[in-house]
Amino acid sequence: MTVYFLCIVLLTMGLYCLVAKKNIVKKVLGIVIMDYAVNLYLIIVGYKSGGVAPIIEPDMPAATLERFVDPLPQAMVLTSIVIGLGVLSLMVAMCIRLYEKHGTFDMSVISKLRG
Amino acid sequence: MNPLPLYVAIPLGAAFLIPLLGVWWKKSGETLAPLSMLILAVMSMLQVSRPAAVYYMGGWVPPVGIALVSDGLSTLLLIAINVIGFLCILFSLKYMQTYTGLTKYYALFMLMVAGMNGVVVSGDLFNLYVFLEVASIASYALVAFGVGAEELEAGFKYLILGSVASVMLLFGIGTVYAVTGSLNMADVAREIAMRFGGEMNPALLLAGAFFLMGFGLKAALVPFHAWLPDAHPSAPAPISAMLSGVVIKSLGIYAICRVFFNVYGIGTGAGEAVIFANGMIAFALLSIIVGGLLAIGQWDYKRLLAYSSIGQVGYVMLGIGVGARVLATGGQLSIAGLAILGGLFHMFNHVAFKSLLFLSSGAIQYATGTRDMKQLGGLREKMPVTAFTTNMAALSIAGVPPFSGFWSKLVILVATIKAGHTAIAIVAIVFAFVTLVYYIKVQREILFGSVSKLVEKAKEVPALMYVPLILLAIACVGFGLLYPMVGVYILEPARDALMNGAEYIQLVLG
Repeated sequence: MTVYFLCIVLLTMGLYCLVAKKNIVKKVLGIVIMDYAVNLYLIIVGYKSGGVAPIIEPDMPAATLERFVDPLPQAMVLTSIVIGLGVLSLMVAMCIRLYEKHGTFDMSVISKLRG
Repeated sequence: MNPLPLYVAIPLGAAFLIPLLGVWWKKSGETLAPLSMLILAVMSMLQVSRPAAVYYMGGWVPPVGIALVSDGLSTLLLIAINVIGFLCILFSLKYMQTYTGLTKYYALFMLMVAGMNGVVVSGDLFNLYVFLEVASIASYALVAFGVGAEELEAGFKYLILGSVASVMLLFGIGTVYAVTGSLNMADVAREIAMRFGGEMNPALLLAGAFFLMGFGLKAALVPFHAWLPDAHPSAPAPISAMLSGVVIKSLGIYAICRVFFNVYGIGTGAGEAVIFANGMIAFALLSIIVGGLLAIGQWDYKRLLAYSSIGQVGYVMLGIGVGARVLATGGQLSIAGLAILGGLFHMFNHVAFKSLLFLSSGAIQYATGTRDMKQLGGLREKMPVTAFTTNMAALSIAGVPPFSGFWSKLVILVATIKAGHTAIAIVAIVFAFVTLVYYIKVQREILFGSVSKLVEKAKEVPALMYVPLILLAIACVGFGLLYPMVGVYILEPARDALMNGAEYIQLVLG
C-alpha cells in the first residue's frame, strides 16, 4: 500500500512542478516526472516478490508456474517509455524554438495568448 | 476481406512513404495524401452496409490477442474522420502552398488520421491509448506548424495539457488492468459485469474519474478547455477544421462513450455509475455556458469559432450525459435512446458545419489576408460562394430551422425535458439563443454590411478550395432534410451500440 501512496506523491510532485514553475524547461521536467510516476505505478501493479521470468519450458514444476510474473504491464511500460520519449523530444524542440523567438524560457514573458 | 486493419494501415503507410519519397519527388504529399484519403473515405462510406465487424490481429482470439472492432458508433466516426479528412486535404492542396515543408505537413496529417482511425476501431484499452498518443503528437506538431511565436506558444500549451491528459489516462488504464486483469474492452466489461455485478469498487471509480478527466481534456470540455481557443485558431485552416471537426470528437467524445457505455456498462450496472453521468452533464452545462459567453466577445473569427466549438461539444455531451443518467437510474429506455440519438446527431452535424466554418475562415484569410472581423465586411459581393456556404453553416449551427443543427438541438432539448431536467433544458435553450447571437454577429460583420478596404481587393478562392465548402454546405442542409436516411443507416446503429453494452461483449468475444 505504501508504494502506491508514494507513487501518487510522485505524480502530485510532477503536477506541482508543472503548475508552479514559470520556466518552461522545468514544466517539461514536471511532465517527465509524472510520466515516470505512472510507469512506476504500472510496474508495481505487475510486481510479484520472488517472481521469475514467464518463459514456459518442458517438464517445469508447477511451483515455478505459480511464481511467474505478469509480463503485460512491463510491455505496457516499454511502450509508454517510447511514447514518452517521442513527446519529450517534441517538447524540447518546441522549447528551443520558443527560446529562439523570445530569448527566454520564462512562460510569463512568452505568454501572449489569453487562453 | 475484412477492411478494418486498412483504416490504420493505409494512412500509416502513406505517412511513412510521403517523407521518404519526398526526398526525390517534391509532389509526393500532394499526390499520395489525397489518393489515400479518397480510398479511405469511400471505404468508410461502404462500411455503412455492415457496420459490425471484428478483426483479430495475427489470428489471436481475445482476451489473449488484440482485436480491432467496429460497430455502429465506430462506423459513424470513421465516416466523419475520413470524409472530412479527404475534404481538408483537397482544401490544403491550394491553401498550404504558401507554407514550406509540405511533405512534413502531409505526413503529419496522415499520421493524425491513422491515429484517429486507430482509436475508433481499437478494441483494446492500451491500444486505444497508443493510437490516441499517435494522433495527439501529430496534432501538437501540426498546431505549431507555422512556427511563429503565437503558433509555438499555442502548440506548447496544447502539448503540456495533452500530456497531462495522457498521463491520467495511462493511470486509469493501469488501474483497470490491476482490478480486472485484462485490457480487452469487451473482456473488461464482462469482468466488471460478472465479478462485481456492475458494482463499482473504489479503484474502478478512481479510474473512471481519470478517464473522464483525460478524455474530457481531449474533448475540450470546460474546465479542461484552456488549450482549445489558442490551439485551434493557431493551426493552418485545414488543420483547425480537422481539430474542431473530428479530433476532439474521436479522441474525446467517442472515447468517453466507449469507455463509459461499453466498458463500464453504465446501463447494465448498479446505480453508482450515475456519478459519471452526473459528471458528464455538469461538464456539458459548464461548456455550453462558458463557450457561449466567451464566443460573443471575440473579434478574431477563428477564435470565435473555437469558443463556439466548446459550447457545441457541450450540447453533444449533454445529450449523451442525459442518456447515460437515464440508463443508470433505470429510467425509460426510449428517453435514454432519444437523448443519446440527439447527442450523436448533433456531433455528426457539428462535424459538417464546424469543418465548413473553419475552412471558410481559411478561404477568407487566403483571399483577404486577415481574420479580424472588424476589418472584414461585405464578403457576399466579392466572394459569393464562400459567403453563401458560410451562411448556410452559420444558420445551421445557430439552430435555425430547417437546417440540421436545429433538429439535433431540438431532439436533445426534448429528451432533456422528458428526462425531467427542466432547469438544464432552460439553460440549454437560453444558450442556443446565445449561439444565434454570435452567428448573427458573424453574418453582420463578415458576410453582409459595407464592403471593407481589404475585401475590396479580394477575389473568389480557386475551385479546389470552394468545392469542399459546397459539399459540406450540402451536408448541412441534407442532414436535416434527409434525416430518415442518415438516421436509419448511420445514427441509429450508433445509438444501439451505446444502448446495448452487452452486445459489444457478444460481438468481440463471441
